Amino acid sequence: MPNPAKYWREIPQRYRLEAGKCTKCGFIAFPPRLVCPQCGNRKFEKTKLADSGTILTFTIIRVPPHQFEDQAPYAVGIAELDDGVRLTAQIVDCDSGVLKIGMRVRIEFRKIYEEGAAGVIYYGYKFVPE
Amino acid sequence: MRDVAVIGIGMTKWGELWEKSLRTIFVETALLAIDDAGVDRLDSMVVGCMSSGLFIGQEHLTSLLSDYLGKNPVPAARVESACSSGGLALRQGFIEVASGISDIVLVGGVEKMTDVTGCEATYALGTAADQEYEGYHGLTFPALYAMMAVAHMHKYGTTREQLAMVAVKNHENGSKNPLAQFPFKISVEAVLQSVLVADPLHILDCSPITDGAAAVILCPADMAKKMKKPVVRITGSGHATDTIALSSRKDMAWLESTHLAGQKALAMAGQKIGDIDLFEVHDCFTIAEIMITEALGLVEQGRGGKAVEEGLTALKGKFPVNPSGGLKAKGHPVGATGVAQAVEVVKQLRGEAGERQVKGAKRGLTQNMGGTGGSSLVHVFEAD
Repeated sequence: MPNPAKYWREIPQRYRLEAGKCTKCGFIAFPPRLVCPQCGNRKFEKTKLADSGTILTFTIIRVPPHQFEDQAPYAVGIAELDDGVRLTAQIVDCDSGVLKIGMRVRIEFRKIYEEGAAGVIYYGYKFVPE
Repeated sequence: MRDVAVIGIGMTKWGELWEKSLRTIFVETALLAIDDAGVDRLDSMVVGCMSSGLFIGQEHLTSLLSDYLGKNPVPAARVESACSSGGLALRQGFIEVASGISDIVLVGGVEKMTDVTGCEATYALGTAADQEYEGYHGLTFPALYAMMAVAHMHKYGTTREQLAMVAVKNHENGSKNPLAQFPFKISVEAVLQSVLVADPLHILDCSPITDGAAAVILCPADMAKKMKKPVVRITGSGHATDTIALSSRKDMAWLESTHLAGQKALAMAGQKIGDIDLFEVHDCFTIAEIMITEALGLVEQGRGGKAVEEGLTALKGKFPVNPSGGLKAKGHPVGATGVAQAVEVVKQLRGEAGERQVKGAKRGLTQNMGGTGGSSLVHVFEAD
């Protein structure tokens, strides 16, 4: 389970979709990296991910990890955002019947899961059909 | 570099071994390999284990296992590469003998997975994915492979039935393997009617949770010949990595690390894929075997589903894949799997595989994979 430091250091990504853009080749790293996997450059400037994209693949999870037991079954997918970055997240606010490759989604800020009675509530991004 | 031979193999019955601890499972198996080789000393041991910390709360296996094997102060290393930890142990042992640093090396793999609940095991296995950007969102391993299956089905028209046929074939083979966890046959209908885990994968598309170990003894081929043992050489070893997150792959319906590791291993052995008589591959999920047959070049990209449907990969087909029953029927104690693949190939090349023997087999290949293909190891074996 994440402890508070492990949680808050990811907040720029989970809450604000902050990414790093390679100053040499333009590769967008999400989460940010120190070395560009495409050109080896070590300089990045801060950028924000596109907030919508297209589903490339998906599934419905029926046997979840224990933190997600109260949510199952739930849909997850990988979307290619309009800036070319690929992201994994839950797909919510729709029936499983409408899920298909090529469907348009936008990113929304949502609750991911709760740790329990006195624990941390985890937030982040999810996909919602456009 | 010296030629390396496998002179001893060991494996016991796999399953839910509630009455046995990790150290017992490992030592029983290691002793079988030592006795099979007929050696009275070890120069070194390398053990593959993915997550004894999360599964039984025990690290420092190097000391524990050399101690309980009665081999202190022999040098021991434990290596980890998720579900390919066993394959990585084999490669490290191979390098150690080939380099001349050690002569007689025990390569083992072990995992004790049933001391925790199913949920805890799912969590432990999930650590092979990107915990911060896949696990955080509730992704599981079946879910990641399910997304690979959806991508493959969409791109190539692979069918739900073809996925099931992989499980049916591997259980057919596994029914002839007395050491398998599930040595019985199943039908396509049984797969399709079993409970859904992550659409489109059902529980019978998934390899099980297993306790088990496997071990081999390696030595220089020259030494093996003098010992008058049946000599099986490791003639090729290939290893490659890829991104940890599935989303970072250019093509989610392709296993680049397996492709590269396969090419490297075959080049080292001086063999072509068509020259290999049998294959033990990492069918952690049915879709994985289909994608592996494509990545190794047994069939063209996108033809893996058709290949199983047409019987190409059956025990009596042109390219027998997973004669042991694979991970699906034999079981998948994650750290042990890569070593058990080597045990099966050596059995086959010695002609000791009984009912599931591939007739006249002279060359075999193993492919062991971590995560969603974030690491792959391929080895080529040849009988003298």
